[in-house]
Amino acid sequence: MTWSETLRTGWAAVRGHKLRSMLTVLGILIGIAAVILTVGLGLGTQKDVSQQISALGSNLLIVTPGSSTDSDGIRGGFGTGATLTRGDAEALASEVNAPDVGAVAPEKESSLSVEADDTNWTTTVVGTTENWLDVRSRAVTSGEFLTADDDAEGATVAVIGATTATELFGTTNVVGQQLTIADTAFTIVGVLDSAGSSTDTDLDDLVVIPLTTASDTVAGGFDRNSLTTIYVQAASADQLGAAYQEANQLLLNLHGITDADSADFSIDSQDSLVSTATSVYRTLTVLLTGIAALSLLVGGIGVMNIMLVSVTERTREIGLRKALGAPPWAIRRQFLVEAGALGLAGGLAGAVLGIVAATVLPDLLDTSIVISGAAVGGSVAIAMAIGLVFGVYPATRAARLAPIDALRSE
Amino acid sequence: MAELVLERLPDEAGAAENVIELAGARKTYRTGSIEFEALRGVDLAIRTGEYVAIMGPSGSGKSTLMNIVGCLDVLTAGEYRLAGEDVGELDEVELADVRNRRLGFVFQQFHLLPSLTAWRNVELPLIYGRVPAAERRERAVAALERVGLGDKLDNRPGELSGGQQQRVAVARALVGEPALILADEPTGNLDSRSTEDVLALFDELHVQGRTIVLITHELEVAEHARRIVTVRDGLIQSDEVNPR
Repeated sequence: MTWSETLRTGWAAVRGHKLRSMLTVLGILIGIAAVILTVGLGLGTQKDVSQQISALGSNLLIVTPGSSTDSDGIRGGFGTGATLTRGDAEALASEVNAPDVGAVAPEKESSLSVEADDTNWTTTVVGTTENWLDVRSRAVTSGEFLTADDDAEGATVAVIGATTATELFGTTNVVGQQLTIADTAFTIVGVLDSAGSSTDTDLDDLVVIPLTTASDTVAGGFDRNSLTTIYVQAASADQLGAAYQEANQLLLNLHGITDADSADFSIDSQDSLVSTATSVYRTLTVLLTGIAALSLLVGGIGVMNIMLVSVTERTREIGLRKALGAPPWAIRRQFLVEAGALGLAGGLAGAVLGIVAATVLPDLLDTSIVISGAAVGGSVAIAMAIGLVFGVYPATRAARLAPIDALRSE
Repeated sequence: MAELVLERLPDEAGAAENVIELAGARKTYRTGSIEFEALRGVDLAIRTGEYVAIMGPSGSGKSTLMNIVGCLDVLTAGEYRLAGEDVGELDEVELADVRNRRLGFVFQQFHLLPSLTAWRNVELPLIYGRVPAAERRERAVAALERVGLGDKLDNRPGELSGGQQQRVAVARALVGEPALILADEPTGNLDSRSTEDVLALFDELHVQGRTIVLITHELEVAEHARRIVTVRDGLIQSDEVNPR
């Protein structure tokens, strides 16, 4: 009996009992769909997060305030102290101190209510310097960005993000308009080009003002000199490591810290942020993988069960085939192929379901799912292998039937 | 008679004079501690081209004899040669091969596969005999034409009458050019017209030189054969030429 013969017979047997075959492969179907979704969700999350983080700019080191140690030697929690200052940022920008650093953008960020006429909108107000635009890889669509003079003078000028502009004025054509932050009137000098929104932050909902103005006019008080973040851009991708070393050493020196472990700041690269963020999704992946494995096991047992039924039902056929000269291996192969065909059918149906779900779900759940060709192909192959493995026992039983007993069965 | 035999087998004449040679054939069944001797020393020789009916009441051992002759079961003691080949020594795979090459079965319940068309049913033995697909189709069609069903090639068994189904089964038995056609109560499930029909077909095949062994308990069926062997209590009771 040739392979094509066996395949034809196997497929005919599966098709001959459409409903039964469908119910049998349900477990495999769900398992395979879950595998495709799991892999897709993992890849999608990774893609989202890295997009989000690369949207910050390129070759960046992100310096954030860490825990501070007060005079009694008691460490405060993360971000408790005003440990980063404008002086730190200026030192980092120095050619001499940190030759591998290209540009530095300090940020003093706060969430504030912004008013224009009688509209008000709570948004992120970022105090920074003229370097911000390059470091964060942004651009202005109309007007201009902040200048060094604006910062030196503490000018009350602002550059506005597209979302904020639309919320406040109903248009992005707002250069020259006035808005009020913390009782101070600002003149809008530029509008930022849209950076799009990553999954949970709108990169276009912000107002950028000069750092000096943010410190002295908007924040004021005890908090005035602290920064929330310093973006340090390495001069090139190759210099990222060196820039990290320099920045770290410089800040330790400036803060008078000898033990690197008690640093009151932390420096992250974009890569390390990606891996931190994706690790959150690992639990979900483990859960889905568990569901997939269980469904596949149940599906495999289903195939075995229905194959045993099939062998019993077709005892006479087996007897006849043996009488006509089918050797045991041909019978075994026939039932194995049938089990494999069941697995394959389940796998293909599962792949279709998985791909459909991967196309529909992102819109509903606000996550991206990447359909991986390797995952689809691999899981279909796994489905077929499951069919074959769970088909071994029923097929062997069929092959061992004695022809006379099989022919006589009713 | 003798002339027909020589005409049919010029190449194997002499060497395989006897298609079936049973000597001291014994078969004992064991169910737990109970032993049952179904065959108690049978000697039987059937020559090429013969048309033999094996008769006997149920429990006589004729079904066991049929299973042995059909290589579906093996002897407990004694010797069985089929077309000159000692089949007592063969294992399961070799027996399957012998059934495929040497034997054509016709069963009481037809045993056609309901999902396959007539010609697909007929080609089954050729599939296991590794005959190429194009030749299989050709030979299956020829065999169906031979039994008068050239117009039913693509009908499934459910669309055929009992007599037609049994003729498909006969075509399936013929298609591999076997040394022996073994029919086990071939008319047991047929009405009298279909019975006549199928028996007439056997008569024709016999005239063309086929060797046929027909197992039955009905005398009127057995009377179509040229030789009638009667089995009783696991032994051959009589073996005589049918005068017709």
